[in-house]
Amino acid sequence: MITLNINGTDHQVDAEGDMPLLWAVRDLVGLTGTKFGCGLAQCGACTVHLDGQPIRSCQTSIGDVGAGKITTIEGVNGKVAETVQTVWAEMDVPQCGYCQSGQIMSAVALLTENKKPSDTDIDGAMSGNLCRCATYHRIRGAIHEAAKRLEA
Amino acid sequence: MYPAFNASRPKFNLSQPKATRRGFLLGAFTVGGSFVIGFRSPVVAEEKKADAAPINPLAAYIKIDADNTVTIYSSQFEMGQGSYHGIATLVNEELGADWSNIAVEGGYGNVALFGNMAWGGFAQGTGGSTSMASSWERYRKAGAAARMMLVAAAAKQWSVPEAEIKAEMGKLSHASGTSATFGEMAAAAAAVDIPKDVPLKLKDQWTQIGSDTLKRYDSRGKTNGTQAYTIDAKLDGMKTAVMIHPPMFGATVKSFDASKAKDVKGFVDAVQIPRGVAVIADNMWAAIKARDAVTVEWDDSAAEKRGSAEIMAKYRDQAAKPGIVAARNDGNVEDGFKNAASVMEATFEFPYLAHAALEPLNAVAQKSGDMIEIWGGHQMPDLYQYIASQIGGTTPDKIKLHVMKTGGGFGRRAVGDADVVAEAVAIGAATGWKYPVKVQWTRDNDMKGGRYRPAYVHRVKAGLDKDGKLIAWNNHIVGQSIMAASPFESMITNGIDITSVEGASNIPYAIPNVKVELSTMKTGVPVLWWRAVGSTHTAYAVETFIDELAEAAKKDPVEFRLAMLDKHPRHQAVLKLAAEKAGWGTPLGEGKFRGIALAESFSTIVAQVVEISMPKDGEMKVERVVTAVDCGTVINPDQVRAQVEGAVGFGLGAILQEELTLTGGKVDQANYDTYTPLRINQMPVVEVVWIESDTPPTGIGEPGVPPVGPALANAVYQATKKRLRILPMSKGLSA
Repeated sequence: MITLNINGTDHQVDAEGDMPLLWAVRDLVGLTGTKFGCGLAQCGACTVHLDGQPIRSCQTSIGDVGAGKITTIEGVNGKVAETVQTVWAEMDVPQCGYCQSGQIMSAVALLTENKKPSDTDIDGAMSGNLCRCATYHRIRGAIHEAAKRLEA
Repeated sequence: MYPAFNASRPKFNLSQPKATRRGFLLGAFTVGGSFVIGFRSPVVAEEKKADAAPINPLAAYIKIDADNTVTIYSSQFEMGQGSYHGIATLVNEELGADWSNIAVEGGYGNVALFGNMAWGGFAQGTGGSTSMASSWERYRKAGAAARMMLVAAAAKQWSVPEAEIKAEMGKLSHASGTSATFGEMAAAAAAVDIPKDVPLKLKDQWTQIGSDTLKRYDSRGKTNGTQAYTIDAKLDGMKTAVMIHPPMFGATVKSFDASKAKDVKGFVDAVQIPRGVAVIADNMWAAIKARDAVTVEWDDSAAEKRGSAEIMAKYRDQAAKPGIVAARNDGNVEDGFKNAASVMEATFEFPYLAHAALEPLNAVAQKSGDMIEIWGGHQMPDLYQYIASQIGGTTPDKIKLHVMKTGGGFGRRAVGDADVVAEAVAIGAATGWKYPVKVQWTRDNDMKGGRYRPAYVHRVKAGLDKDGKLIAWNNHIVGQSIMAASPFESMITNGIDITSVEGASNIPYAIPNVKVELSTMKTGVPVLWWRAVGSTHTAYAVETFIDELAEAAKKDPVEFRLAMLDKHPRHQAVLKLAAEKAGWGTPLGEGKFRGIALAESFSTIVAQVVEISMPKDGEMKVERVVTAVDCGTVINPDQVRAQVEGAVGFGLGAILQEELTLTGGKVDQANYDTYTPLRINQMPVVEVVWIESDTPPTGIGEPGVPPVGPALANAVYQATKKRLRILPMSKGLSA
């Protein structure tokens, strides 16, 4: 049994330490907002926060998480997260929506660290998150808009 | 490598409820371990019966619950392109429900209700950017008829004239102060006569069609993780299966050994099905580990063993010869070349491309009683019901579908043999339906799973007269047919698969001598429609070569095209609008360059101007793409923008850097590290404008893709004086 702290709650999971956090979160804990896209840290659909830092859960073994606090799309909260999610919906960023949990987790981490990201900062923080619908134009716009609202 | 259509096939008629002998006839049989389906379209359209009973919208398309929730049953599949939102807009323009109470679900199982009207109504399916064209009358009428029934019920109950009742924001009201929600009146409305004459609002009465403030009804669930996809289906006792597919297309399982998999915690079973070996476990990670412990011996005697380089070499040889068939032959192209003052020729090469949607293919199946239930991306639901019934040993009416929204599609969920859906049912049957099973492809399965945009070679030859007028055009297209050996085979006429030549055979320019030829090649790599289909390659060859001809004729590329479009005023208008909005002809800054292209696909006309920056010794960057569109009536303005933005990113990725290759019959790419869609740092600014139009809507899901590639290539030429004719561009740019 391994204990994982996810969204503020301890979960006991019956799995070996080599299981990627992604599959523990989805298949064992049952939180399915975090998505599987590549299994190789190439697409970012599985992005969650570990102690506030964005990580690719498909490449993080549960044995390595320890007492770290995991936040998924279901648990992300606070002013930055709420603003990002509101702007995302208002600007109709998603198309299929499958990658958007990961996009939002990366965007929240960016805006938490950097109150006024430049386009270059956005490229740096978000280019690990693939969107096959190519909603990038709106993702960039939404991050700038969220930054503006958070500043106000 | 696929068997021909078999006259002794079992027959099943998909038309229901009133079966007609001329409906789709489907046949299926298994040969060599692969499941093959054929259906043929009727020779002539079944005449519509004038006295056919009107459809009850409250039984067919719209469910109104007592709590005022309005559920719309969509004939069209939702993969991100916004078809559900578009259909909800059409219904609610007439119905007048409260947007916050709208839900949309996938309908299926009744071609009379859900057949695609843009395809004559003979089959349900989503493709060719037809969702709004198919739905334009049907769903507005459904909304209007439902409102009329609600109003009639209220009039009866309140003993007031129908004309005095308002239906707005999900509420019926009368000046006397009496009111009821739609939900409260729904049961009574279901009992009133179905209206036969259903007038629709006029354009100046619309409040939602064309509204730029209407937001997608489903965005919120896609920002908080609650939107469920097939991968998220949860069923009691469900197991997860991971597939081991043949390493080469056409290979089959000889034997397999799963003895070592038994040591993996959570391993349940491994079974052979026609498409490979399914490794089943309690969860995905256990299934992946168990899969790695299974060894399979393959029979590759019938497999395609060539690499893409060999395939392309063969296509190149064929391109140099005359085409096998002519898709268009106007005037006399040979005489045209004889009379030309100058003749130019070029060869283009287009690679295989993967759809690579973010949600890898999947499906969930379980059997309860005598019903088989399947959760999945059912883009062609009637066909999938039929295929599932054949594998499951039952009849189509015993197949219940759960039509899930999917994490992208781009064509990949509309496949003639229902691949992953067929796998789910085959695994269920092979395991005796002991548990519900989810087949979840890994990214490797998805990337190596076939069904690619076919590779093509084009040879284009053109002649200009002494005044620089284009007088002869010969385009020879060499590649695989998408429809051959598929349920759509009967749509190939005179040896011409329209999906191979669209965008080339209908070249709009007034050229006195035009010959468009096709050589269809037999290749064992499975292929499929890929967002914008034939125009993904034809538009590139046509529009970059037109640019080259304009230069040879010493004409501006916009003027050169306009002069040949007198008979196509819509094309002219779109081209002019794009040029005007992009500032065509105005100076750009140092190191910046422009290119333009025009393409019609699926009856929508699109022109794009691409601006790039290319500093000396620096990297090329696509800065801005201005798009002008004529897609008829614009239903959701912001969704037209969204689809064009997405199409620009999707198209640019392919043109710049996507390529699927094979070596010795094996696919070389397995993941996004080697197959590389566009990322945010490469995304340009996108501006979208359209022609105001009163004609019925065409489509916008795909038509933004074709012109962006050639417009970019034409800009790159301005910067480098290089014509990039072998795609992706990353080959030529780095050379």
